[in-house]
Amino acid sequence: MRRVLVKGAGVAGLTVAHELAARGASVTVAEIRSQMGGNASWSAGGMLAPWCERESAEQPVLDLGRGAADWWDAVLPGQATRAGTLVVAPPRDVGELDRFASRTSGHRWLGEEDIAKLEPDLAGRFKRGLFFSGEAHLDPRRVMTALHDKLVAMGVDFRFAIDGQGLPGFECEVDCRGIAADDAALRGVRGEMLILRTPDISLSRPVRLLHPRFPLYIVPRADHHFMAGATMIESDEVGPVTVRSMMELAGAACALHPAFGEAAIVETSAGVRPAFADNLPRIETLGNGVAINGLYRHGFLLAPAMARQAADILFDIDKRVGACA
Amino acid sequence: MFDLLGAALPSRLFLGTAQYPSPVILADAVKTSGASVVTVSLRREMAGGRGGEKFWSLVNSLGVRILPNTAGCHSVKEAVTTAKMAREVFGTSWIKLEVIGNHDTLQPDVFGLVEAARILCEDGFTVFPYTTDDLVVAERLLGAGCKVLMPWCAPIGSALGPVNIMALRSMRGHFPDVPLIVDAGLGRPSHAATVMELGFDAVLLNTAVAKAADPVGMARAFSKAVDAGREAFGSGLLEPRDVAVPSTPTFGRAVLS
Repeated sequence: MRRVLVKGAGVAGLTVAHELAARGASVTVAEIRSQMGGNASWSAGGMLAPWCERESAEQPVLDLGRGAADWWDAVLPGQATRAGTLVVAPPRDVGELDRFASRTSGHRWLGEEDIAKLEPDLAGRFKRGLFFSGEAHLDPRRVMTALHDKLVAMGVDFRFAIDGQGLPGFECEVDCRGIAADDAALRGVRGEMLILRTPDISLSRPVRLLHPRFPLYIVPRADHHFMAGATMIESDEVGPVTVRSMMELAGAACALHPAFGEAAIVETSAGVRPAFADNLPRIETLGNGVAINGLYRHGFLLAPAMARQAADILFDIDKRVGACA
Repeated sequence: MFDLLGAALPSRLFLGTAQYPSPVILADAVKTSGASVVTVSLRREMAGGRGGEKFWSLVNSLGVRILPNTAGCHSVKEAVTTAKMAREVFGTSWIKLEVIGNHDTLQPDVFGLVEAARILCEDGFTVFPYTTDDLVVAERLLGAGCKVLMPWCAPIGSALGPVNIMALRSMRGHFPDVPLIVDAGLGRPSHAATVMELGFDAVLLNTAVAKAADPVGMARAFSKAVDAGREAFGSGLLEPRDVAVPSTPTFGRAVLS
């Protein structure tokens, strides 16, 4: 295999570009946007939380996602923070914790004092919680920028503002365009999020606040920023965040800690997650390559495993029939 | 077959479509349970109908009757507008009317509900009002033109089951000829069996199935419970007594001790 075209510079495209380049392919990434960002990955939470996700996701999400933190550590050392996930519930909804615990593994129960030790700013606010010590998180925007820079240094050619269609000189391609791919089986699941800034609270890890209808997570980012997410709406509408969603997200943030009431809302964003009907990712073989899609709400978690599989398939085809040679 | 306002339905189990792990699991749950009607929320699940065509076609492909709802509406005007949009999007004049009085508990605003029901019934809708177990409200809803009632048995998503059996009994007694569908609050199959034994015509549930560890298995369990409760109601239940009544005569029994 010599020359591969990767379409799309979201997390799926960047990870597969790295996997192919590291194995010796010559890679070009074509991105329809004029610069990095603006896609679903850019609005992601960046939680590497396969055990928590198993609450509603099926087993493959855990199987494929448990190695994600190691992959990110190996590729971009220092970008993933391995501090686990804390799960709490408001007093009225503590029953939700038992339900969450019964659907998941890899956790241990915490009392009020354990919670205070992990997150001093949450001291006295929650009597019980669950701690998923094996989980990690990262900042999608920093990671995507860092991966872009690393790929450029590895010789990957980035072409912005083109869709890559008909670009000559490639033996095979990997379609990673997410919801923009022409796949009738894909649907969009809209997600909305807020970025908040407050110096009044520090958190060391993502915190999930359980609620029967509006489960929310807060992921700490650098410089007193927090990402609060995310809604799940069956729609591929990309328009601005609605008042209702903003109130639900902001209200849940305040329920986690009232000091979020004074936080600045630095940004509101909506993204559209690409999903198949089973909400699981897929690699499909194309005429001259493969497509990775359907990462749904698990982009940073599942992209490494999918990138590996896609690279395995391409290199295997390469060996057997020389299709990409 | 269950004849509901002229529609022949193969099952007395209705399912909501929200909160499932995936559309595939939703489809399996509906198929496995044989549920005859599914509810869909234009507002809460599909961003008011903008860009939700894919999900809508997935729901449509289930091949069961669609009962759109006005979940998320807090005023008469919103509910009426959403009902009209739903009629266009889903191509049915059936509407499960929700006018929410409290954002947090999702308790129905029964005053707004009656008003919205009147407007929609006059406009030709078949209104399924999500209401409390209050008899006077129920009468007002029937007066507004509703032909069916959907009382809660406990707050939405609470999984408490029938918390006021007396109210449900008296509702059934007061409205012997009105189809009554228990909506909201069911947590376990035994809850569904209980209300079906009381003579309710059908049940609608969502969270208890969607958030189960195995939604498909739970949907099947509810389906069996609904059938069992209905068959028990039709077969004449033994009323409870305060003293034991042995099933074999006690006189003439051999006494060996």
